[in-house]
Amino acid sequence: MIEINGLSKVFGTQRAVDDVTFRVEEGEIMGFLGPNGAGKSTTMNILTGYLSATGGTCRVNGVDILENPLEAKRNIGFLPEMPPLYTDMTVKEYLSFIYDLKGCTFPRQQHIREICDVVKIGDVYDRLIGNLSKGYRQRVGIAQALIGNPRVLIFDEPTVGLDPKQIIDIRNLIRMLGKEHTIILSTHILPEVQAVCDRIVVINKGKIVANEKTEDLVTAVDGSRKMVAKVVGPQDEVLKTLKGVAGIRSVDVLGKRDTDSISYLIESEERVDARKPLFYTLASKGWPLVGLEGMELSLEDIFIRLVGEQRKGRNTKGGKN
Amino acid sequence: MFAIYKRELRSYFVTPIGYIFCGMFLLVSGLLFYFTTLANQSTQSLGEYFMYMIFMFAILIPLLTMKLFAEDRRTKTEQLLLTAPVSLTGMVMGKYLAALTIYGCTFLVNTVNFVLLYMYGTPNTASIFANILGVFLIGAAFVAVGLFLSSLTQNQLIAAVSSIGLNAAMLLLFFVVDSIPFEWLQNVLAWFSILDRYVPFMNQTLSIPAVVYFFSLAAVFVFLTVRVYDKRRWS
Repeated sequence: MIEINGLSKVFGTQRAVDDVTFRVEEGEIMGFLGPNGAGKSTTMNILTGYLSATGGTCRVNGVDILENPLEAKRNIGFLPEMPPLYTDMTVKEYLSFIYDLKGCTFPRQQHIREICDVVKIGDVYDRLIGNLSKGYRQRVGIAQALIGNPRVLIFDEPTVGLDPKQIIDIRNLIRMLGKEHTIILSTHILPEVQAVCDRIVVINKGKIVANEKTEDLVTAVDGSRKMVAKVVGPQDEVLKTLKGVAGIRSVDVLGKRDTDSISYLIESEERVDARKPLFYTLASKGWPLVGLEGMELSLEDIFIRLVGEQRKGRNTKGGKN
Repeated sequence: MFAIYKRELRSYFVTPIGYIFCGMFLLVSGLLFYFTTLANQSTQSLGEYFMYMIFMFAILIPLLTMKLFAEDRRTKTEQLLLTAPVSLTGMVMGKYLAALTIYGCTFLVNTVNFVLLYMYGTPNTASIFANILGVFLIGAAFVAVGLFLSSLTQNQLIAAVSSIGLNAAMLLLFFVVDSIPFEWLQNVLAWFSILDRYVPFMNQTLSIPAVVYFFSLAAVFVFLTVRVYDKRRWS
């Protein structure tokens, strides 16, 4: 559906986007993740035809944005970082203007009404956009992107500046829209992508550092699993025994957290499930396992690790030179 | 393009700027008309009236054009226009025609003044038509100048002041050109001198080269505006 190939953009001497390549399949919600200034907005601006790339190609639904911009733009609904609203118009007038601007051919009133129902702005339909709250403005921005039923939706940080309730509403809305549209969603808020996206592309300093399915990203970055086991038994002996279990790489004592059990942090070998041998070993020794808890890396950890690795990689390179 | 045209047109009348433009235009033009012809009880001084009109346009038209692109740039709504399935030329023409419509309609209303002349005397109809056409085209060129300078900044005031400056410069060349010591520079600057082209209209002749010149002047600035947007995408 969306193919970006070797895309780069140079502003003066600064490479904002550097050889970015990724695909988004039909019906996918892709999270575009990166710290501020990583090149997310630039990539999206190129994809929507607002900026031109220095090199590389962008295709939307098989149409190149440079070769046939009007056709490609017809397939895209775009919500920029700052919703492009005319504050001197009412919601109704504004959406009607967008309808004309995109040259739609659906029945006008019905189409606009349907979209207002989807994004829940029916109650402010006749109000001036300038008088709306931030949350409503964001919704009007989304409504604007939806007009004309484009197959691809591109949202640049849609939840910035909203309150927690509104953030959840917008996320639900995006998830719902994902059923019928292909969506690219940029953000620097990690739980957001975890909650909404099927696939995550992480970008830092203009380069892609990861491109995985959401659930695969965790294991892709760190194959080993960590878990916390609570065992009742003599600390030194338990520690020694645990270290001997097949598939366990390291064990640390976390300390006494209950009245009688002691917690241990256990790290298994990569791609090995050490939980069963752990259980049988402890059972055979007669030490009850009273708790076992998996510790998955959160996206925050992954993100910091990915971005950190890139930085480290650069530093060592620089050192050698 | 039509959507942009319609929105621009509408925005002139939800903000005071459209009313201010029309009001000022008709007020100043009416006063000029009274003092040059009616008060003098003569239609011989019509040329003087049209000359004043041109200078009035140089100042008044930038008020109409200053917001065309500067405002969109400041509020980021240009991102909407540039990512919509509309060509750059369509976008620029939509805005140009909107400003031209306001200016043209006011101009049309203003021609009511001439009816008075026919009620009290026998003016030279050919002269009036030639002058109306010439003055209108000069105004249309000023709209294009304002459009262009508005696309270069996000500050409306800068757009207006620089447009007034450029318009005035092109008018004042008429008085300056002759005193320039280099002939080649004289020739170059004379090309930009709007009033030099206007002289035949004052003498009651319809100068086709001048009409073509005014059209080209407008076209050049509209084209430059399209180029500004094209270039901005690439840098």
